[in-house]
Amino acid sequence: MKIPLVYNVRSLIRRPVSSAMTALGVALVVGVFIAMLALANGFKMALVRTGSPDNVIVLRKGADSELSSGISRDNAEIIAALPQIATASDGTPLVSPEVFVPTNLASAGGGDAQLVVTRGVTTRAFEVRHGIRITEGRFFAPGRDEVIIGTAIAPKLAHSAVGDTIQMAGRGWLVAGHFSAGGSAFESEMWGENDQLMPVLRGQVYQVVAFRLKDPSQFEAAKQALENDPRLQVDAHRESDFYASQSLVLRQILNFLAFFITTIMAVGAVFGAINTMYAAVASRTSEIAVLLTLGFKPRSVLASFLAEATFLALVGGLVGCLVAIPINGVVTSTTNWSSFSMIAFSFLVTPRILVAGVLFAVVMGVLGGFFPARRASRVPVVQAIR
Amino acid sequence: MKFLPLVWANLTRHKRRSVLTTLSVALALFLFASLRSVVTTLRASAEVGSESRMIVQSAKAIVFFLPMSYRERLLAVPGVKAVTWADWFGGVYQDPKNFFASFAADAESYLDIYRSDFTLPADQRAAFVKERTACIVGQHLLDKYGWHLGQNVTLQGTIFQGDWTFTIRGVYHATNPSFSEDALMFHYEVIYEKYPNWVQPGWYVLELKDPSLAQQVAATIDSEFKNSSDPTKTGTERAFNAGFVTMWGNVSFLMDSIGMAVVFAILLVAANSMMLSARERTNEVGVLKTIGFGDRLLFGLVMAEAGGIALVGAALGLGAATVLYPAIHFSAMGFLPGFSVAPATLALGVGIAVALALASGLVPAVSAARLSAVQALRHVE
Repeated sequence: MKIPLVYNVRSLIRRPVSSAMTALGVALVVGVFIAMLALANGFKMALVRTGSPDNVIVLRKGADSELSSGISRDNAEIIAALPQIATASDGTPLVSPEVFVPTNLASAGGGDAQLVVTRGVTTRAFEVRHGIRITEGRFFAPGRDEVIIGTAIAPKLAHSAVGDTIQMAGRGWLVAGHFSAGGSAFESEMWGENDQLMPVLRGQVYQVVAFRLKDPSQFEAAKQALENDPRLQVDAHRESDFYASQSLVLRQILNFLAFFITTIMAVGAVFGAINTMYAAVASRTSEIAVLLTLGFKPRSVLASFLAEATFLALVGGLVGCLVAIPINGVVTSTTNWSSFSMIAFSFLVTPRILVAGVLFAVVMGVLGGFFPARRASRVPVVQAIR
Repeated sequence: MKFLPLVWANLTRHKRRSVLTTLSVALALFLFASLRSVVTTLRASAEVGSESRMIVQSAKAIVFFLPMSYRERLLAVPGVKAVTWADWFGGVYQDPKNFFASFAADAESYLDIYRSDFTLPADQRAAFVKERTACIVGQHLLDKYGWHLGQNVTLQGTIFQGDWTFTIRGVYHATNPSFSEDALMFHYEVIYEKYPNWVQPGWYVLELKDPSLAQQVAATIDSEFKNSSDPTKTGTERAFNAGFVTMWGNVSFLMDSIGMAVVFAILLVAANSMMLSARERTNEVGVLKTIGFGDRLLFGLVMAEAGGIALVGAALGLGAATVLYPAIHFSAMGFLPGFSVAPATLALGVGIAVALALASGLVPAVSAARLSAVQALRHVE
């Protein structure tokens, strides 16, 4: 027969300080765990959102990032003639050849220059790339020295307000507008027109060509056609997969950190739980003996104490979630080592991460409760009652 | 001192509890020292860069080449003793996850300028310089992939297309902790010959005759190239390294806040354990008071117990961190060369242990001191 859970809850409440401290310890571990995962997740999502599964991005063969790629104008034209490419309403292909250069831009409030991606595009890019929206001002005008700046990066740069002139590559550029891009890495970039940027940046070479597929299922066919074309030396990637892979280096570091830190913290918290539960068992020896005398099976006693520890940890886990949730949306920035430039992104707490945090707490509770619970189930009845 | 056996007896009464609490403290301080060392190592790498070497890069962005013709012009700048150049290669070894630095450099001049930062046996150096397709690697990188001298290593180019095979002719040891041992270097000519119309130096390194000339040299160079199609950005190696450190963003803040959370979490564990012990001993405190133990002495006994746990834990945790990282050559994939626990971190760790002892011992110690003997003896478990 099972011992009612109320018994455990009441027992915990009878030792409020000790219970609260143990639960709080677990809460801190879970809080840090969630925060670390939210950081890694936010970074990953910023890059994942950058790509779309119905787009293809073409890079030079072997290039592992937009930074290391290069595609000539001739090749870009060959790519644009691919039959799998979707067409716009005017019948022209939805292709966006782009220049990609990390440039030194002055930081807001002085300080060192920041490396920020400057992307050269054509107006077509706003149809090919997903979710680009002007939040203030307007798009850059073709044929003019104008740029638009992503909303995530604009506050961190000097002279980045709409109407200001920002210095880049030794020239002044009028900031025509700010744009958002659904939280993607594009929001950490500055965009201008290819024809204006190419002469001052990399010369007559694009870094990537992105295009929309008529039908997302034709990706393999398009990839085969491009990679087997003897005139081209390129790799074609599904855009969503490509940008997700760009977060790899930093994600590895963040995941390692999350694992390393939370494992060590968790061991400490489990030790704390073990102490608390052993003390609880020791001070309730006679109570346990009474339970056993009343006919509760040792198995039930074990389950009961295990449940008590788990419940305590669960409360801690839930508190940890509550403490960590406000971090959702907090913007931070770091360097994406794949593009070598600054990327601003926000912590992203998902239900999945919260569930992982709670499960983590439960595991800590079970680990911390098992041995004390086993001790409780083996209390020698006669001695204890005497 | 004569009460030490009593403190010891109290600690060993619940051996398991004392051991677990001590270990929690040890883990916390180990973690604290590790996190703090990320910050100090980053800071150190911003400061150890040489003041007598300068880096010249493109002012437009680091990915731009600088013309080869700059070499002569840089050499002619007053105060410049020697010039070398290099290019980031960014090769992939087997799998993109195997990340390490690979770069092409003008071998002899590069080795000369960096002579004080590493050691490379003279015969290996000669073999490397002489052979076009040779490379040198850091000892740590060699160990990591189980390579040996004379082995061929093939990298896939990311910037420079194709497979590139190099023969390991030398293994260097870093003597300056910020000089990465996770790197592979080969001859600039190799990439230049394949792409003669494209490849040029990615950055130049200058050796100054006198570090005090740095500002002046930088100003001369940058103004000389200011209106050319390839303007330059010149700074000391130290400033260059510091620039890399700021690229990590607010890592220090992240590390410090996690460190705080860790310390606080363990404080809870330690304080809880001290309070559990104190509660179980209420009767004893009464007995001790009856036989003449003073309030102050009882206070001291509880504090000594808390202090013992905190200090032993601190010694274990801080000691482990100090010994472990250099022993396994931890460098976070080359991002944190010379990762080690700084003396200041150890001092801070000891300070935290003392604070931990005070905080965890204070409540039980005060209540032990205040407790009246009568009340204590009446207390029923």
